[in-house]
Amino acid sequence: MKIIVVGCGKIGATIIESLVAEGHDVTVIDKEPSIVSESVELYDCMGICGSGADCKTLTDSGIDGCDLFVSVTGSDEFNMLSCFMAKRLGAAHTIARIRNPEYNDHDLVFLRRELGLSMAINPELLAAREVFNTLQLPSAVKIEPFSRRSFEMIELRIREGSPIDGMSLIEMRKQYKQKFLICAVRRDGEVVIPHGNFVLKSGDHIGITASPAEIQKLFKALGLSKKKAKTIMILGASRTSYYLSKMLLEGGSTVKVIDQSAERCAEFCESLPGAIIIKGDAAQQDVLAEEGISAADAFAALTGIDEENILLSLFAESQNVPKVVAKINRNEFGSLAEKIGIESIVSPRRTIANVLVGYARGLQNSMGSKMETLYKIMDGDAEALEFNIQQENAITGIPLKEIKLKKNILIAGIIRGRRPFIPTGDDSISVGDMVIVLAAGHRINDITDIIK
Amino acid sequence: MNYRMVFNIIGRIVMAEAALLLLPTAVALYYGEKTSLSAFLIGAGIALFVGLLFVLISHTKNRSIYAGEGFISVAFAWILLSVIGAVPFYISGEIPNFIDAVFETVSGFTTTGASILTDVEAMSKSMLFWRSFTHWVGGMGVLVFVMAIVPSNSKGTMNIMRAEMPGPIIGKLVPKIKNTAKILYLIYIALTVLEIIFLLAGKMSLFESVVHSFGTAGTGGFGVKSNSIAGYTPYLQWVITIFMLIFGINFNLFYLILLRRFRTALCSGEFLCYIGIVAASIGIITANIYSMYGNFSEAFRASSFQVSSIVTTTGYATTDFNLWPGLSKGILLILMFIGGCAGSTAGGLKVSRVVMLFKLIGREIKKILHPRSVSRIRFEGGSLSETTIDSVTVYFAIYIVCFVFIFLLLSIESFGLETNLSATAACFNNVGPGFAGVGPAMNYSAYSDFSTVVLSFAMLLGRLEIFPLIIALSPSTWSRKYR
Repeated sequence: MKIIVVGCGKIGATIIESLVAEGHDVTVIDKEPSIVSESVELYDCMGICGSGADCKTLTDSGIDGCDLFVSVTGSDEFNMLSCFMAKRLGAAHTIARIRNPEYNDHDLVFLRRELGLSMAINPELLAAREVFNTLQLPSAVKIEPFSRRSFEMIELRIREGSPIDGMSLIEMRKQYKQKFLICAVRRDGEVVIPHGNFVLKSGDHIGITASPAEIQKLFKALGLSKKKAKTIMILGASRTSYYLSKMLLEGGSTVKVIDQSAERCAEFCESLPGAIIIKGDAAQQDVLAEEGISAADAFAALTGIDEENILLSLFAESQNVPKVVAKINRNEFGSLAEKIGIESIVSPRRTIANVLVGYARGLQNSMGSKMETLYKIMDGDAEALEFNIQQENAITGIPLKEIKLKKNILIAGIIRGRRPFIPTGDDSISVGDMVIVLAAGHRINDITDIIK
Repeated sequence: MNYRMVFNIIGRIVMAEAALLLLPTAVALYYGEKTSLSAFLIGAGIALFVGLLFVLISHTKNRSIYAGEGFISVAFAWILLSVIGAVPFYISGEIPNFIDAVFETVSGFTTTGASILTDVEAMSKSMLFWRSFTHWVGGMGVLVFVMAIVPSNSKGTMNIMRAEMPGPIIGKLVPKIKNTAKILYLIYIALTVLEIIFLLAGKMSLFESVVHSFGTAGTGGFGVKSNSIAGYTPYLQWVITIFMLIFGINFNLFYLILLRRFRTALCSGEFLCYIGIVAASIGIITANIYSMYGNFSEAFRASSFQVSSIVTTTGYATTDFNLWPGLSKGILLILMFIGGCAGSTAGGLKVSRVVMLFKLIGREIKKILHPRSVSRIRFEGGSLSETTIDSVTVYFAIYIVCFVFIFLLLSIESFGLETNLSATAACFNNVGPGFAGVGPAMNYSAYSDFSTVVLSFAMLLGRLEIFPLIIALSPSTWSRKYR
C-alpha cells in the first residue's frame, strides 16, 4: 500500500519503522533535510524534503493514488491542514495527530467530519487509556479490551509461589472452573501458543482471554488482588497525565499529581478541579514520602523523560506500591526496564504505531471481514486481532475442529451478539460474529489468512 | 564491524556470478567451442564453491549493515568478482598470463574497455561474449542487481546502493530500494534490447549486435574487431553514437519520462549541461579536423562518434583519433575527466560534480567581492546543502590525489609522458583507449605486470568512486581496537 507520512519526529519515526516492516511503500515528508536523510538511511522508504502542507510537495510525493496519508508533526493545526489538502489532492484516507485537549474534548467529531479525516490519533490519550485499563486490574501487567469490553486480553506474569506455577494447562482447567483461555506464553524471549499439556513456570509471561466477569473470578481463585486502584499518584503534569487524571476522577478515584513547574501545576489546577496538585521535585524522595507514596495503590511515572520515569518507578517499587506504571518511549529502554523489574510499561509511540498498523491492515482486507482491533502483545512478538465477520467466507459455518489453521494461530474467542464465549471444536463462526484471533509470527490481514 | 554480514553479501554476489557465467557457457555450447565451454564451467564451479563457502561460514542472526559494512562489501565483492571472472580467460589459455586476465576482467566489470589483447579477432566467440557481458553487468552494478533479485530483510541496504552507484546524490525512484533497483534494471534492459534491434536493422550479425550493445550499454567499449567500430557502415556508427549518448544520461530521467513528466526531465540542469558540452565539443572538433577529411559529413560523423564515445567513457573508436590535431586531442582528454551524468553507467567525475564545482568557484569569487553576502548554490531546482558541497569538494581533492599517485607509479615505465598520462586518465575514468602508446589502434599489452596491477586498481577506484576501496584498505577499518 502507498502510504505518506508527514513529520518524522519521535512518533513519526516509530510509525515509519512499523509501516515499512509491514511491507508498505512509505514516503516521508519533513522540512528538515537532516531528519529526512536519517530516516531514509534507517528505513527502506523514500524521503522528500518540504512542507507537508504545500501542494507541490504533496503532488511530488505522489499524493494522487496514495492509499493512506498520515500527518504527525508537532502541530495539530498543521496536521489538520495537511490532511485536508491531502484529501482534496486525492489521498484515499487521511489520519491526523490531534493531541491538544481543547480540540479533543469538544470539537473532535466536528473537525473530523468537516476535514474528511478517517481518524484522529492522539498518542497521549491512547497511552492514558492504556494506563487507566491497567489500573483497573492492578495484578495484571496489561489489559487490552476488545469490542464493547465483553472480552479482555490480560497479560500476567507468573510469580514464584503462584498456585499455577508448575501446573499444566489441562490441570489448570480442571482446578479452576472459570471460562478462560491461556492463549500465549512467552518464555525466554520466545512466544508460543500452548497446548493442553504445556506446563507453566514461574517467570512466564502469559496471555489470557476471558470476559471481565470471568477474569474477576479467576483472579480471586488465584489469590490475586482484583481490586482496582483507588488512590493514585501521578508523576509529571504531562498531556498523558491530564487525560489519565480525568478518566480516574470520573471513576471516583483519588488522584495526586506531582510536577516541578508552577505554571503547569496552575494549569492542571484550572482544568482538573478534583485532583490534588503538588508542586515539587519528585526526584527528592522526601517529597514523595511526605505525599504518602507508601499509602498509594498505584504510581504512574508519566514525565517526558524516560530515565526519570524508570528511576522513580524503581523507587516506588521499593516503597511497596502495589502497582507501578512507567511511560517509556524508547524501545531499548522498555526491555531494559522490564529486566530490572518494572512490569507495566506504556509507550505512546508504540501504541500509535500499532493503531496505524492495524488501520493499514484493515484497509487491505477485502473479503468482507473488517479488522476492528489489533494489539501487539508480549512485547510485540504476538498479535491479538479482532475481526467483524460481515459476510460469508471460507471459514464461516464450518465447525472449528474441521478448519486447518496455520501453525501458531488460535481462535481465542467469539462474541455473538452480546454474548462472549470461548469456542470449542464444535462451534462455528457465523456472519455478524466478532472473532478474536491470536497469531504469533504471522501477518494477518484478513480472517481467511488464518487457514492453511 | 559486522564481518559475517560482509562475508554473507560477498558470498551471495559471487554465487550470482556463477549464474552469470552460465550465459557465456551457453554461447560456447552454441558455437561448439569445447575449451571455452570447460573453462566457463570450471569458472562457474569455482564461483559457486567460493560463494557457498562464504555464505555457509557467515551464518548470523545480526543482519544489520551500516555504512562501513556496505562500503567494504562493495569493494571486496568487486575485487573477488574480477579475480573469479578472470579464471575462464586463463584456463582456456586465451590469455596465458593470469594478471593480464584479471586486468581484462576488471576492465570489463568497471566498463573501461582497456585491453591487453593484441589480436581481438583471434579470441573465441564465447570469450568475446563474456568480455562484453561483464561490461553490461558492471555498468549498472552487480550489487544493485543482486538486491533486485534476492529478497532482503536486512537493514541498511541503502548503504550498498550508495557505495556502488556513481554520483554525488543518490536518490530513490520509489520508496522500496528493491523496486528502485528493479526499475533501473528494467530501463537498462529495455534500452539494450532497443539498441540490439536497431543494430540488427543495420544488418549487423546477431552476435556482434549483442556484443556491441553490451559494450555501449555499460559504456564499456569492448568490441570484436581490432579496429573497433571503424569497419561498420555509417548507419551503424550513428546508432552506436546515439545510444552511447543515451547511456550517459541519468537513468532517473528515463523514469520521469516513463511517468510522462517530460518537463521535469528535460529541464534537468545536468542534462542540459551534458548536451551543451557534447554539442560544443563536436562543433569545435569538426571544424578542427575538417581539413583532414575534406568532407563535412565524414568529419562530423567521426567527431560526433568520438566525442560521444569519450564523454560517456565508452571508448569505441571509428578512427585513430591519436592522429588528430592537438586541439581535438586536448578536448577529448578533458572530456575523459568530465564523464557522463550522475546515475548513468558512465565514469569520470560526472557532469553534475563539474557543474557544482564551477558554481562553487563562482560563489567563492562573489564572497571575496562581497564578504557579507549570503548565497546558496542552486542546482536542479533546489539549493545544495553544505554536506553535499563538502562531499563534492572532498571527492575532487581525493580524485586528484589518486590520479597523481597512479600517474607516478605508472611513470616508472619507460613510455612517454603522453602515453602514461593518457593511460592513467583513460583507466581511472573508465574510458579505455588513451593517446600515443595506448591510443585506439594500440593496447595495454606493453605494460609490465606491476603497471597492469596498478591500472586494474585505478579502474576499480574510478568505477566505485574511490571511497569504498580506500575504506576497505585503510588499517583503521581492520584494527581490532575499539574504533
